[in-house]
Amino acid sequence: MKTLKHTVLALLAVSSMGGLALAQEAKKEVGKGEGQVNIVAWAGYIESGATDKAFDWVTEFEKATSCKVNVKTAGTSDEMVALMNEGGFDLVTASGDASLRLIAGKRVQPVNTDLIPSWKTVDERLQNAPWHTVDGVHYGVPYQWGANVLAYNTNVFKEAPKSWGVVFEEQNLPDGKSNKGRVQAFDGPIYIADAALYLMAKKPELGIKDPYELNEEQYKAALDLLRAQRALVGRYWHDAFMQIDDFKNEGVVASSSWPFQVNLLQADKDAMAKTPIASVIPDEGATGWADTTMMHVDAANPNCAYLWMEHSISPKVQGDLAAWFGSVPAVPAACKGNALLTDAGCDTNGMPNFDKIHFWRTPVTKCESQPAGCVPYYRWATDMIAVLGGR
Amino acid sequence: MSFSRSVSNTLFRHPNWFLVILLAPPLLWLGVAYLGSLSVFLFHAFFSIDEFSGFIKYELTLATFAELFRLSNFDVIIRSLVMATAVTLASVVIAFPFAYFAARYARGKWKALFYILVMLPLWSSYLVKVYAWKLILAKEGIISWLAGELHLTWALDALLAIPVIGGPSLSISFLGTFLVFVYVWLPFMILPTQAALERVPVSFIDASSDLGGTPAQTFRHVIFPLALPGIIAGSIFTFSLTLGDYIIPQIIGNSSYFLGQAVYSLQGTAGNIPLAAAFTVVPIVIMGFYLAIAKRMGAFDAL
Repeated sequence: MKTLKHTVLALLAVSSMGGLALAQEAKKEVGKGEGQVNIVAWAGYIESGATDKAFDWVTEFEKATSCKVNVKTAGTSDEMVALMNEGGFDLVTASGDASLRLIAGKRVQPVNTDLIPSWKTVDERLQNAPWHTVDGVHYGVPYQWGANVLAYNTNVFKEAPKSWGVVFEEQNLPDGKSNKGRVQAFDGPIYIADAALYLMAKKPELGIKDPYELNEEQYKAALDLLRAQRALVGRYWHDAFMQIDDFKNEGVVASSSWPFQVNLLQADKDAMAKTPIASVIPDEGATGWADTTMMHVDAANPNCAYLWMEHSISPKVQGDLAAWFGSVPAVPAACKGNALLTDAGCDTNGMPNFDKIHFWRTPVTKCESQPAGCVPYYRWATDMIAVLGGR
Repeated sequence: MSFSRSVSNTLFRHPNWFLVILLAPPLLWLGVAYLGSLSVFLFHAFFSIDEFSGFIKYELTLATFAELFRLSNFDVIIRSLVMATAVTLASVVIAFPFAYFAARYARGKWKALFYILVMLPLWSSYLVKVYAWKLILAKEGIISWLAGELHLTWALDALLAIPVIGGPSLSISFLGTFLVFVYVWLPFMILPTQAALERVPVSFIDASSDLGGTPAQTFRHVIFPLALPGIIAGSIFTFSLTLGDYIIPQIIGNSSYFLGQAVYSLQGTAGNIPLAAAFTVVPIVIMGFYLAIAKRMGAFDAL
C-alpha cells in the first residue's frame, strides 16, 4: 500500500513537473482561428441571445473570427475545477476560490498580455490582482466582479443603513419594531467571512486583518456573532429567486444580497409598490467576487481562445454582461454609452466601492496575516452546519 | 457443424453458462459501476481529515464516526429521524381512510377517479410543487390570508408560537417542512395500503360482526392486522424518502440541516469526504434496521 502510494506520488510529481515546464511558456503569437473554442462558464456569463435577443455577445464574435463558441455551464467552483481537470476545454471563467487552485494544480497556462491589445483598458486595480497573478505571471484576463451588498426595504429604512449591524445584532429598526425574524443571511460557510468583516470594524482588538484569514480566537468570535444572529434569522438564503420571493412575501426587510436580486426587484413594479428595495455597501465594506477568464494548459484551440479573451474585454461585451448579470465590468470604458447598462449602471452595481470589497478566497491553514495559522475551509463548513442548527 | 451450432449446443448442455452470459452485463453494471463506486465512497468514512492541513489522511480510524456524535452533527441525525417518523405516522393517518374508501366502496368510474387523483400530483415536477407550497405557506400567502378572512389569525399565531416547530411563518418553520413532506410522499402510502386492504376478504369482516364484534373491534382485530403489511410497505417509502431528501428542507423551513444537506455541503470545496461518507452511512444503517423490522411484520410476504 505504502509503496504503491509512493509510486503514484512520484508519478504525479513527474507529470506535474512536465506540466510546469509547459505552463511557464506563454504563447508568442496569435495565428488563425481553429474554428472553435470551448468555454466553461457560469450560467448567464456567455449569452448568445437564446434567453433574450438583446443580450448576445457571441454571434458577432463567431462571424468575425469563424470561431464557433461552445459553452459548458457550471454551477459551482468545484464543478469548474473538475471540468478543467478532466480537460477538453480551452477557457474557464473562474472565481477567486477556483483560480488559485487551477494555477496551483497546473491546469491553466500563463497568458501573454501583449497578445491581447485591449489588456491596457482593463481596470488597473484588477490587472495584477492576486487571484490570477502569481509571482508576476498573469494566468488570465479579468472578466467581471461584484459585491455582496446589503439590500434593505426603503419603507422601513428611510435612510440607507450604515452598518451590517442591522442584520448581525438584535435592535429596533427605524420603524420601531425589532429586526428579529425580519433579516436574512447567506446560507453557506463563506458567510463566516461576512461576520469577520463586521468584527474587523466592530472589535478591532481581535486583530482581524483579512476576513478570509482567521486564527482560532478570531474565528470563534465570528462564530459567536453568527450564533447570536441565528435567533434573528428565520431562514438563510442561497437561491437568488427564493430570496426575491422572501423579500416580497416573507416580510424580510434587510439582508446580504447580490445586485442581481436588487435589480430584478427594482424592475418589478408590483413588488416595488409593496416592498421597495434598495441596496448599499455599509461603512464596514463588503465581501465580493471577481472572475477571471483563464486558459487551459492543453488548450486545443489557443488562437480562438486568445481571440475570445480579447473579445471578452471589449466595452460592448463588458457593458452588456454587467447589465445582464448585475455585475461590474473589468473595463471602466464599458460604463459609458452602453444602452443596456445605462450610464448609471456601473455605480448601481457597485463600481465606486472597489476598495471596500474583500474578494472571495478559499480559507487555508497557511496564511499571511496570522502567524499562528488560520482555520481552513473544511472547518468553516462543519461549523456553519452547527450554527444553522442552533448550536 | 457450424460455429453457431456448436455454441448453442454447448450452451444447451451447460445451462449454467447460459445463465452467466445472460446475467453478467447487468451484474457487472450493478456490482462495479453502482455498488463499486458507492463502497469506495462509503469506505472513506474510515479515513479522517487532517486537523492541520485539511487533507484526507489515508489511515483507518473510527474518529470520523465519532465526529457524528458531536452535538451539532448528532442534532442533524435526530432532526432527520424525528421528521421521518412524524411524516410517516401522519401519512398513515391520512392515507388509511382514503385507501379504505377506495378498496371497499369505490367501483368502476369512481375507482378510476381515485387512482387519477392519487397519481395526479406525481405527474408534475417535484420542484414545482415544493415552490408552489412555499408561496402557499408564506407570510403573505394563501393560508395566512384565509386565516385573516376567517378571523382565525390568532389561531395561526398560536400555532406558530409553539417552540421548536413554530417560526415567523409557516414556510419558515418545521411545521411547514412537515406539511410539505406529507403532501409530497402521501401517494406512496395510499397505494400500498389500498392494495393490502383489497386483499382483506369481506367474509372475514362479516364473520367478525356475526360473532358479535363491534365495528371498533373488527377494525382492531381483523382489518388493521391484515392491512399492516401494506402500511409497513408504504412507510418504507415515506420514511426513507424523508430521511434522504435535501430539497424540501432547503426551500421550506428554518435552514436547519437535514442528513442530505449535510452530505451535500461537506463534499465539494469543504473536501471533508470522510465525514460526508460517515453521514451517508447513517440512513443506510437506520433503513437496515427498519427493513429488518418490516420483514418480521410481514411487509414482504406478498412480494
